[in-house]
Amino acid sequence: MSATTTERMAPTPDEDLTRIRNADARRGRLVRGVMLTVGLIYVSVLLLAPLAGILFYALKAGLGAIGQTFGLQDVQHAFLLTFIIMVVTVVVTTVFGVVVALVLARDRFPGQRIVSALVDLPLAISPVVVGLMAVLLFGRGGLFAPFFAARGIQIMFALPAMILVTVFISIPFVIREVAPVLQELGMEEEQAAWTLGASRLQTFFRVTLRNIRWGLLYGIALSAARSIGEVGAVLIVSGAIQGRTETATLYILRAFDQYQPQQAYIVALTLAAFSIVLLIGIELFKRRRSAEAA
Amino acid sequence: MSGSIEIQGLTKSFGSFKAVDDVSFVAEDGKVTALLGPSGSGKSTALRMIAGLERPDSGRITIAGEDQTRTSVQERRVGFVFQHYALFRHMTVHQNIEFGLRVRKEDQAKRRARVGELLDLVHMTPFADRYPGQLSGGQRQRVALARALAPQPKVLLLDEPFGALDAKVRHDLRRWLDELHREIGVTSLLVTHDQEEALELANTVVVMHEGHVEQVGSPSDVYDRPATPFVAGFVGSANVLHGSVVDGHVHLGSFRLPGASHLEEGAPATAFVRPHDIRVAGEEGDVKAVIERLASLGWLTRITLRLDSGETLVAHVPNEELHGAAEGDRIGVDLRNPKAFLAPEHQDTSALDEITADT
Repeated sequence: MSATTTERMAPTPDEDLTRIRNADARRGRLVRGVMLTVGLIYVSVLLLAPLAGILFYALKAGLGAIGQTFGLQDVQHAFLLTFIIMVVTVVVTTVFGVVVALVLARDRFPGQRIVSALVDLPLAISPVVVGLMAVLLFGRGGLFAPFFAARGIQIMFALPAMILVTVFISIPFVIREVAPVLQELGMEEEQAAWTLGASRLQTFFRVTLRNIRWGLLYGIALSAARSIGEVGAVLIVSGAIQGRTETATLYILRAFDQYQPQQAYIVALTLAAFSIVLLIGIELFKRRRSAEAA
Repeated sequence: MSGSIEIQGLTKSFGSFKAVDDVSFVAEDGKVTALLGPSGSGKSTALRMIAGLERPDSGRITIAGEDQTRTSVQERRVGFVFQHYALFRHMTVHQNIEFGLRVRKEDQAKRRARVGELLDLVHMTPFADRYPGQLSGGQRQRVALARALAPQPKVLLLDEPFGALDAKVRHDLRRWLDELHREIGVTSLLVTHDQEEALELANTVVVMHEGHVEQVGSPSDVYDRPATPFVAGFVGSANVLHGSVVDGHVHLGSFRLPGASHLEEGAPATAFVRPHDIRVAGEEGDVKAVIERLASLGWLTRITLRLDSGETLVAHVPNEELHGAAEGDRIGVDLRNPKAFLAPEHQDTSALDEITADT
C-alpha cells in the first residue's frame, strides 16, 4: 500500500511526456493567437477602417443626398464613361490575356523571360508615367498623331486614349492569374481531347477554358476593379473635361476640389462597393462550385 | 472497324538527339503488340507519332490500310490511353466517356446507349456521376480506357497504362485488360518498360533500345531466342559471362558453354544464362562454385554463386531442389540454355551489367 503511494508521488515517464506535450500545445496556441490578433488588427486598420469611414461619411447626410447625387447629370455621365471603359478593358485584357498566357505557359521561344517580365511592367510603372507615354505617342507632335489626325480620329482628350491607358494598366491581371494555372494543368487533357476527335477550338472551349475558369474569372474581376479605379493615367490623357471626359474617379477628384465632399464620398462608396461585391461574389461562387465537385 | 498498324522507317530527332531511329514493325489486326524498352528507348515517342501527337522527320505510318503519316490527330481515329489518365477533371465519369461522341456530334440516344455499354464494360456504372478526383488510380485508368474506346477507334494505343499504379492494382488491371481484349479484339499497341507486362499481354513484342528496334517476335521468341545481347539482358534477367569462342563453345576459364557454333572461332563472346536455368547438380555438376549467399523468395531460393574465376552468378532454384545446400558450401551446378553472342567491340557492357544487376 505504502509502496504504491510512493510510486504515485514520482511522475511516471508517461506523465512527464503528457505535461511536455500540454506545454507545447499551450505555447502553440499562444503563438497562433498572437499571429491571429496581429493579422486581424493589420487588416482592420488598413482595410476595414477606411471602408467604414467612407461608408459613414457617405451615409451621414441620409439617403436623400444619395438620390440627389445620382440625379446629377455629371455623375450619371461619369459612371457611364467608367462603365464603358471597364467593359472594353475587360474584353480586351481577357481575350489577349488568355492568348498571351497560353503562349507564355505552352511555348518555348527566345526572349520568353523578357516577355514574361514585360507583362508585369504596368504594375511597376506609375500610371502618371503611363499617361505621359500616351501623350508622347498620340499628343500634339506625337509619333502616331499625324496618322490619326489625317483620318479625323480624335485620340487624345477623348475616349480612345482613356481606354488605351486603362487597358495598358490592366494588362497583367488576367495573364498572371491564368498562366500558372495553364502551366500546372499541362497538355495531356488537351491531347486526350484531340485523340477523341475534338478540334483545337472545341478543345479550347470544352477543356482548356473549363479548367482555367476560376483563375480567369478572378483575373477579370481584378482587371475590372483596376479599370474603374484608375485615375492618374486617365487624368493626363483625358483632360478631365466636365461632362465629357470625366470618369467616376475624376469626378471624385473634382468634387473634392470644389468643396462637395458629400458627393465625392457617395461616388467613392459606389465604386468601392462594386469592386468588393465583384471579388466576394467570385470567391463565394467558386467555393460553392468546388464544394459540388468535391 | 479494327485494322493493323504498319510502321516503316520511322525517324524522329529532338535537336541532335535521335529519339526514334528507322523503326519498322507491324502491329497485326486484332492483336496486342507491345513496344518494350527501357526509358529513353524511344518507344513513347514512336507511339505518340502513331497517334499524331508528334510529327515524324521521316518514315511512313499506315493504320488500317490508310497512309496516316501526315494526317492530324483528329483524323486518325485512334484511342489513346495516357500513363497519368488525362481524364477531364471537371467532367463526371459519364461526361468523360461521352466526350468523344459529343464532339463527333452523335445524337443523344446513341450517345447514352454507347456510354452505358462502356460503363458496363469497365465496371464503372455505379460511379457514373463521380468526378475523376473521387476515384482511385485503377478506376481512373478504367474510365480512361472506356473514354478511348467510346468513339470506336480503329486502333488502341496505350502509353505505360499501368505505370502510375501500385503493384497489386497493376497486376489486377493487367489481367482484366487481357480479358477485355479477348472480348473486344481491337488492335492494341502497348508501350511499357515492364517486360513481364509485355510478355503476359502481347501477341508480339517489339524490343526497342536507344531509338531502334532490337527484335520483333512472339513473347517466347524474345525470351527464349533473343536476337541481340541487349534483348537477352533486358527481357528477363540474365547472368552475363565473358569468354571466347572455341570449337562452337564459349570458353570461360575452367568450363565451356555450348551454343556458339554460329560464331567465328576465336572471337570474344558473351554468354547469357538465366537465373532459373542454373541448377544445383551436386558433385557431378560441370561448373564448381561456392555459395556466397542464400535468400528465400518464397517457393524459390536465390543463390549467389562465386565461380573459381571470381565471377558471380545468380541462380533461382526451387526450394526442394536445394538438397540442403548452405552458405559457404562448394557445389557443382549445371548451366542450361546459354545464349552466346559476339561481344561487339563498341558494346556498352556496363549498361548490360546494370540491367542484370537486379537478378
